[in-house]
Amino acid sequence: MVGGPQPERIVIRGLVRYVDERSGGASFLRKALRYVFPDHWSFLLGEVALYSFVVLVGTGIYLTFFFDPSTASTYYHGEYQPLHGAEMSQAYRSVVDISFKVKAGLLMRQTHHWAADVFLVAIALHVFRIFFTGAFRKPRDLTYFVGLSMLVFALLEGYLGYSLADDLLSGMGLAIGYSVLMSVPVVGANLAELVWGGPFPGTPAFWSRMYVAHVFLLPILIATLIGLHLVLVAARHHTQFGGPRRTERKVVGIPTFPGYAPRTLGLLSAVTAVLFLLGGLVQINPIWLWGPYHVADATNGAQPDWYLGWLIGALRLVPSFDVTIGRYTLIPNPFWGGALFPMLVFGFLFVWPWVERRFTGDYAFHNLLDRPRDAPWRTAIGAAVVTWVGLVFVAGSADRFFVTFFVSYGWQIWFYRVAVWVVPVLVLLVTRRVCLELQAGERVERERKLAEAEARRAAEASP
Amino acid sequence: MSALRRWLVSAFVLLVGRGRRPARVQRAERIVPLEPPSPRAELLVLALFGAASTCAVGFVVVYAVESIPHQTQFLGLSLGLAFAFLAAALVLIAYRLVVTEELEEDYPPPAHPAEQEALEQLVEESGDRMTRKRLLLLGGGAAGAAIGAALITPALSLGPIFEVAPFYRTPWRPGVRLVDERGRPLRADEILEETFYTAYPEGADREELGSPLVVVRLQPAELHLPPGRDGWAPDGIVAYSKICTHAACAIALYRKPTFPAVEERPALVCPCHYSTFDPARGGKVLFGPAGRPLPQLPLEVRSGGELRAGGNFSGPIGPSWWGVRNRSAS
Amino acid sequence: MRRLLVLGGLALALPGAAAAQQSNAILFANGKSLYAENCLSCHGVGGRGVPKPTHGALDIHGVGPRLRGVGAMGADFYLRTGYMPLQSALDQPTRRHSPFTERQIDALVAYVGSFGGPRIPEPHPERGRLAVGLRLFTEHCAGCHQVVAEGGYVTGARVPPLKQATATQIAEAVRLGPYLMPRFPKSQISDRQLDSIVRYVEWAKHPDDRGGWGLGHIGPVPEGLVAWLVAGAALVGVCTVIGRRIQE
Repeated sequence: MVGGPQPERIVIRGLVRYVDERSGGASFLRKALRYVFPDHWSFLLGEVALYSFVVLVGTGIYLTFFFDPSTASTYYHGEYQPLHGAEMSQAYRSVVDISFKVKAGLLMRQTHHWAADVFLVAIALHVFRIFFTGAFRKPRDLTYFVGLSMLVFALLEGYLGYSLADDLLSGMGLAIGYSVLMSVPVVGANLAELVWGGPFPGTPAFWSRMYVAHVFLLPILIATLIGLHLVLVAARHHTQFGGPRRTERKVVGIPTFPGYAPRTLGLLSAVTAVLFLLGGLVQINPIWLWGPYHVADATNGAQPDWYLGWLIGALRLVPSFDVTIGRYTLIPNPFWGGALFPMLVFGFLFVWPWVERRFTGDYAFHNLLDRPRDAPWRTAIGAAVVTWVGLVFVAGSADRFFVTFFVSYGWQIWFYRVAVWVVPVLVLLVTRRVCLELQAGERVERERKLAEAEARRAAEASP
Repeated sequence: MSALRRWLVSAFVLLVGRGRRPARVQRAERIVPLEPPSPRAELLVLALFGAASTCAVGFVVVYAVESIPHQTQFLGLSLGLAFAFLAAALVLIAYRLVVTEELEEDYPPPAHPAEQEALEQLVEESGDRMTRKRLLLLGGGAAGAAIGAALITPALSLGPIFEVAPFYRTPWRPGVRLVDERGRPLRADEILEETFYTAYPEGADREELGSPLVVVRLQPAELHLPPGRDGWAPDGIVAYSKICTHAACAIALYRKPTFPAVEERPALVCPCHYSTFDPARGGKVLFGPAGRPLPQLPLEVRSGGELRAGGNFSGPIGPSWWGVRNRSAS
Repeated sequence: MRRLLVLGGLALALPGAAAAQQSNAILFANGKSLYAENCLSCHGVGGRGVPKPTHGALDIHGVGPRLRGVGAMGADFYLRTGYMPLQSALDQPTRRHSPFTERQIDALVAYVGSFGGPRIPEPHPERGRLAVGLRLFTEHCAGCHQVVAEGGYVTGARVPPLKQATATQIAEAVRLGPYLMPRFPKSQISDRQLDSIVRYVEWAKHPDDRGGWGLGHIGPVPEGLVAWLVAGAALVGVCTVIGRRIQE
């Protein structure tokens, strides 16, 4: 043993002094390291989304070193036989090359795509958790709005990534996106002209617009909102479920350091592990199989990535009608499924905190979470909306269901057209009932325990 | 110099030194409570770190060796497993090698009334020198709005925002020949029943929405085209825009019955949302979400038997928009 | 197996013709009786078709198209894919195991082929080019069959995947247009081009899955399932391990 203080203490002391004397942050850091994280698995879903975003940024930067966002026409003469001599855009060709020529390129591309899918899975689960536990109530409604905005931008960001590759599916997806934008009342055509620079497929500059939005504008925007989201979370502190010592005034949990840091780094590693394993072992969006896009080409059953599946379901379910006056069309059909439907869903999510405050008269601060059963109306309405969106979502793959299970497509569409209105109402009633029954069961249990305790006391007192 | 030596020695001992728990310097009070060590967990964590390192090295090896088949799979497997072992090690550290404290902390106060008061006062008093506050605010707001508008104006260069004429434009003119994908003119006598052909205007850009056509031949007796389309279908050959009026996908499906007595009638179908159009009835919608018929292109056959456009489409091609004029060829 | 039956005078000129003629005659007779038992009720006497149901007469109670002109090609395709016989004329024919033996099918093909019509095509996928095949398949077939031939939907019918289709059946289907499928003539798709299409469809049975497990090559639907059920479930599992409640 060396004499004097132990070696690790010297290192630690050196580090702490260096940081504090240059940033003055010792007191802040001390508080930050002892910041308390309440313990429930569902509080980690947002972190899963955050870490997926980290992987997205990392793999995405790698891809930009090889991707060529140009629609200039070229001919393929690489190793992949089925595309030999095919006419395609530079953009598509560079994605084929990333997949086949760049070492580890396919791994990075697939991991990037899986990370996008998982990013939105995690956000969706996170939103469910926030909604059904009432975590969006004051003082965290602003945090919730920031989170919802991120979801909107994440959807757009994913759509642009899917579209940039210029394969057959992405071209068809862009055509549909164009049509939905065109269908917006009054200004649709003007907006489409602004975005595309003219009628579809637009000016060559459109690709550069998509690219800069995908790799710069939206990621920066999302990253900024993530920062804001986290600052707001920390400023108002985490919510928690009620329990011993866990009250509206006191939060109980594990401190950042040493308890929480290895946990959250473990989660980061686990997310990265799952994404790289999927990226290497499970094929995603094999654009070489789809081939390049041309306006006159189409493939059966084209689908968007899962997080936009609810929109294709809605576009397919809406019956044939435009709003017209004489020989003028006012509101074209894609508006209902492609624009109005998502606006309703997001509108619901955005106004819900206000609606709930209004109807319950509850304007108080809340640090303790509800269990879903504690707020039967919220849980029931939430479950009904989830069912509504879920059914529309499932309707979007009715064609694949037909191919696999031989259930007539037309029949399925009519089933869904009815079910999307009937089933949510049933779910609403049943969920509310279940919540009330659970509450009643707990009440009975509590009273029984109380009575038992009383009886015991009486028995002890009487002899 | 001696500081550097001390650092180096410290670093060396830190890395390889092990054994007895050193006597701690006495402090008034511990911050992190003391819990017994767990040497077995330490071994396990070391093993996991070792496994993670092995996998990471494996990744580099797979990357470097060209001849390994399924390279993407092995790359993903090695890197994924490296992170998986790392995750396991970290979780184990969290549970066994560091203390899991359960701390209490006060929630921050919901509001700071005194500070709020002071803020209000600050803002109010700052304006005390101004006598025409409302007017100044109005003026400032107007300036802000005007400058904002000025800054946004260049965005109009992104596209011809106020012109809808481009949406009506197509490359089809009377007399333009129909050519196939390889640029060969389509002849009327080559167009057979029970199949479908994709055609383009000769010499025009094929990637315009207005270009591609789908051409089919039906029995002239089966045709029931809308009024005013007499002579649009020479020998029963009809041509429609290949772009769906719903969401601009290509009408790449043609169904025709093998046994018409019990099977569905011929139809053109879009594979995106399955809008289905009747080629015998002027592109009428039979099923699916499309809100208006498929625009028809009048055809004519001149000497030589080649198919030519007899004019422009019966209506605007592609998806609709607010105020689109239907039933008018431009 | 799929030998071409040479009927009539041509056979006489060939060596061993007498034996062949005799076996052909037996085949023809077998085919005729199998036809009477299994096909006649819908396709009518001598393949004349039954446009409308006519109850009672001659055991004809179904409806079905004429078979005159479909040739050995039509019979071979519909029988070997199990499309025929059909339970009800209203059903869409789907691929299944044929109730007939190979010899019975040979006999029926010989008999129906005798009504006249095209012979069984002999595609040569090895002469085709894969890239040409993909381009032609995208242009003519992918709208219904999906670009990797995984099947799909067209209003009113299920479009079959082509994973089990043999080279001959692919060529037959292109020329025949079974059920609601278009019938592509040689003037539109030449035999050379057809070879390329067949080559592509054969290739698409085992396409280049360089990215790993192919998930059926139908794009985002199974990918979304994996994202939710594999990645989502795994990560929620990790969360439950990491976020375990502190033991009180």
